[in-house]
This record gives sequence, C-alpha cells and structure tokens, in this order.
Amino acid sequence: MVLAAGVLGGGLAAVLLRNVIHSAVAMMVSFGALAGTYALLGAPIVAAAQVLIYLGAISVLIIFAIMLTQAGDANLPAPFQRQAPFAALVAIGIVALVGWALLQTDWPNPSVIIPVELDDLAAALFNDYALPFEIVGFLLLAAIIGAIYLARRPEEDERMN
Amino acid sequence: MGLDGYLFLSLGLFGIGAFGFLARRNAIMMLICIELMLNAVNLALVAFNAFDYYATDDAGAVFSLLVMAVAAAEATVGLALVIAIIRTRQTAEVDDYADLKE
Repeated sequence: MVLAAGVLGGGLAAVLLRNVIHSAVAMMVSFGALAGTYALLGAPIVAAAQVLIYLGAISVLIIFAIMLTQAGDANLPAPFQRQAPFAALVAIGIVALVGWALLQTDWPNPSVIIPVELDDLAAALFNDYALPFEIVGFLLLAAIIGAIYLARRPEEDERMN
Repeated sequence: MGLDGYLFLSLGLFGIGAFGFLARRNAIMMLICIELMLNAVNLALVAFNAFDYYATDDAGAVFSLLVMAVAAAEATVGLALVIAIIRTRQTAEVDDYADLKE
C-alpha cells in the first residue's frame, strides 16, 4: 500500500510539477517504489533490473539531458498546453474503459504469488526466448549508434571533411 | 493486494503518463511520461506472471526484462533527438516546432 502510494504519488508529482528537474526526481521516486512492488510480486531479479536500468541509467540520462538543455529555472513557462482539459478527458476515458473491463473480469485465484526462480528465468530467457534476446541486443547496438549520430554537433562533420 | 489491485495500480500509472504525455509542453517531460507508461505496462506483465494467470513459465518476467531493454533504447534515441532539436531550435517547447505548418 505504501509502495502503491509511492508509485502513484511519484507519477502524479512527475506530471504536475512545474520544474523539469523536480519532475525527473519525482519520476525516480515512482520507479523506486515500482522496484519494491516487483520485489513484493516475487520477482527480485526484475526489481534489480528496474533499479539498475531505470533508477541507475535512464534517470541519469534524463537528468543529463535536462541539464544540457534547460537554461535555469528563471521564468519557467506554463507547464501545460491549452488542450490540457481534453488531455485529461482522454486519460480519464482510457482509465474508465480499462477499469470497467478490469471490474467485469473475474480474476482466478487472486491471492497466490508464485515467485520467479532465477534459474528458471535464465533457462526461459536463453532457450525459449533466445531469439528476442538477441534481437534486443542488436536493437541496443543500433540505438547506441543512432544516438551518437543524432547527438553529434554539425560542426564536427565540417571539421572532418 | 490481489491481482486486480496491481492491475488497477498499473492502470492508474498509465493514465497519469497518458495525461502528462498529451498535456505537457516540454519535450523532455513527454519522454518522462512515455517512461511512466512503459513502467505501468511492465507492472501489469509482472503481476500477471506472479499470479500465474496465463503463463506456466516465467514469460511475464522475461517480457518485462525485454521491455526494459527496449525502453532503454527508446530513451537513448529519444533524448538524442530532443537534444539535437533543442540545439537547432533553442527551445524545448513542442508548440514551437511548427516548421511544417508555416
């Protein structure tokens, strides 16, 4: 329950806060609470991956990007667009629709948690799901090359020529 | 909390992320909201796996790990794009990216 409050509160704060740095920190709170939720759900390896990838890598990447691009917190512009009420309407519509479907469904044995054994997970990952695993590795390589190409300054091209 | 509790938590986080993605002006904030939505989907996958609703193996945990890797790739390329755009346009406000309209 505390973790659920952390997840939702962090997410809400991330969306509503005016300063982008504050939003990034609130997002980290939400991700940390999510890692705790994964541990509660019997998947400690997913919790560890969450801490490593989201808290460790993506949050730092986002904060780096903010610090590279934001000119400081003087005269911040309004955080929301004019269509914010419509956006709220769409989000509430999605939540209502899926929530209605959730309420209509009768979920079987909802109180038994089967923990994920690490060796079972490794066997599944490297036998049944070996091809997706390799594809994800290739995708990460492509993403690294693409990010280097995109973030390079144009002057460096001229200097090379 | 049962399976439906975790699914409602995931749905709430997804709704927050969807609202933020549609409503915020800042390009980096939109990326943060995409990450929130991806995490919500991950939570649903892990919850389904934990309560063994569909899968007999650890498919949900495997999928969530794969989603995390794809999300990392997405964040890398997305932030590189945003930095490149901000460097040429000197602004992070998506409303000012209107060259195609003018």
